[in-house]
Amino acid sequence: MTEVKRMKASSKQAGKKIGGTVGIFIFLLVLGLFMVLPIYLAIVMSIKPVQELFIFPPKLYAINPTLDNFRDMFSVMSEMWVPFSRYVFNSVFVTVTVTVAQCIVASMAAFVLAKCRFPGNKVINSIIVVSLLYTSNVIYIMQYIVMAKLNMINTYWALILPSIASPMGLFLMRQSMSTMPDAMIEAAKVDGANMFTICWKIVMPNQKPALMTLIIFAFQAAWNIQGGTLVYNESLKTLPTVVQQAAMAGLARAGVAAAAAVFMLVPPIVIFMLAQKNVIETMAHSGIKE
Amino acid sequence: MDLAAVGKRSKKENRRLTWLAVKQNKECYFMLFPFMIFFLIFTIIPVVMSVPMGFTDFNMVQLPKFVGLSNFYTLFLSDKIFMTSIRVTLVFAIFTGPISYVLCFVLAWLINELHPKLKTIFTLVFYAPSMANIYTIWQIIFSGDSYGYMNSILLNLGIISSPVQWLTDSSTILGVTIVVQMWISLGAGFLALRAGFQNIDRSQYEAGAIEGIKNRWQELIYITIPSMGPQLMFAAVMQIVSSFTAGTVAQNLVGFPSTDYKAHTIMTHAYDYGWVRYEMGYASAICMVLFVAMYVCNRLISKVLSKYMD
Repeated sequence: MTEVKRMKASSKQAGKKIGGTVGIFIFLLVLGLFMVLPIYLAIVMSIKPVQELFIFPPKLYAINPTLDNFRDMFSVMSEMWVPFSRYVFNSVFVTVTVTVAQCIVASMAAFVLAKCRFPGNKVINSIIVVSLLYTSNVIYIMQYIVMAKLNMINTYWALILPSIASPMGLFLMRQSMSTMPDAMIEAAKVDGANMFTICWKIVMPNQKPALMTLIIFAFQAAWNIQGGTLVYNESLKTLPTVVQQAAMAGLARAGVAAAAAVFMLVPPIVIFMLAQKNVIETMAHSGIKE
Repeated sequence: MDLAAVGKRSKKENRRLTWLAVKQNKECYFMLFPFMIFFLIFTIIPVVMSVPMGFTDFNMVQLPKFVGLSNFYTLFLSDKIFMTSIRVTLVFAIFTGPISYVLCFVLAWLINELHPKLKTIFTLVFYAPSMANIYTIWQIIFSGDSYGYMNSILLNLGIISSPVQWLTDSSTILGVTIVVQMWISLGAGFLALRAGFQNIDRSQYEAGAIEGIKNRWQELIYITIPSMGPQLMFAAVMQIVSSFTAGTVAQNLVGFPSTDYKAHTIMTHAYDYGWVRYEMGYASAICMVLFVAMYVCNRLISKVLSKYMD
């Protein structure tokens, strides 16, 4: 392709009309407003003082915004047996470990399953999909039994290890990697690279969008790990458990509950923004390179 | 390796060749190992242990007692509420399955047509609901008194004259739950499709433009969709799972059990028997029926998708 032709092609963008783009933008804007409205209301609710919760007609904004709900929530949490920072540490530790481990483990397995032919490949692939579809309410009991046998109950392991192998994460990465041209991998093989190197040096840099999506999923799931019956020691509990307890307390329950929801929503959104920014930068970069 | 040739060889020879292939690919197994070990311990073993439970009578206190197919007979022959729950689940599945699947794709595509900065913002806007856990707000929006947003708006506009009991009136429960379910249904599938769009090589579009692709539609049909097959499959599986196992939204929103079982899905039914009545054997039988339905659905969809992609 000559340089001139290519420039013409990209500037023309396949005959896209600016009017169409504006139309799409307006459509998405209207629909998007409906999507964020409940979240917006949650934020408003979290900064409304108690007396404003019972105004008729209900207002779409807070007249005298206050942080009382957040203060209530934190004061309940700081009155617990264990210092609040401990819960934060537990949550951050569990979330980071699970996210990092999940991404590494799933990426390697996905690469092998998508790009190598070996005995057992097909079987494993279909087991992964079937396991995604399998839901049963006794499965938690069985998991508990397994963990009890491994002496993991009431340790950090109980919060971390079960989440490391995520069939959904593996499936996502596998699907994405399967579109990569085999020629790239063959070329690297000819150059004498081993599978491990091919996976991390050649395939993964091309899988930024999928990897970032996996990070978002993994973070979101790990951030909400509750522990439940798996840990009963107060010093091992994570934020979601404590925030839920705090949401039950306080004068204006709805307000504190909204504050709790908003508080828990912030970290996943931050991760989301960072991941997306990363994807777009890589895309722009590879565009220049090409 | 030529499969037909392998078939003709003796069993012993066959095994030797497989072993050879295993040895040749030992790097692959090493890379698969970390995932598989965790997967085996925390997913496969519990799943295999849970399968026989459907054929037992198990109350979590005594040991499970084998009862053969009796759970399934009861389920299909005398459990009227189970029949209701199948109907509710199907209604849910139609709305949050196919409709939401198409919506995921269309939105992911439209967002992709915008400026990069706007892409991030809109992706967040549509994905945020599945991150947020705000049933409280939905309860206030659809609150039965005039403090609820929905009632207050409709009262002001004069469409209704007295507040509607959205969450307890048996004629509105299902509708409200579907709205909320759809609101959070732009989840994993949507984000995976967004990633799929971002991963398409830009040079393909440039080449397409030179070869005479005239507008967005042609670009979508001739370039985008054919290179998104795997992501479409992923989104389909995610959508099947989330639409068939819907139940938590209804439980959090309209309570449990809902009035006249109007929002009683199969999952809610399993929850009822498992965690309220402690009849775990029966509850697992319910889950098994659901699993079979999801599996069949998945097979059908992957057939359709693979035909279309080729």
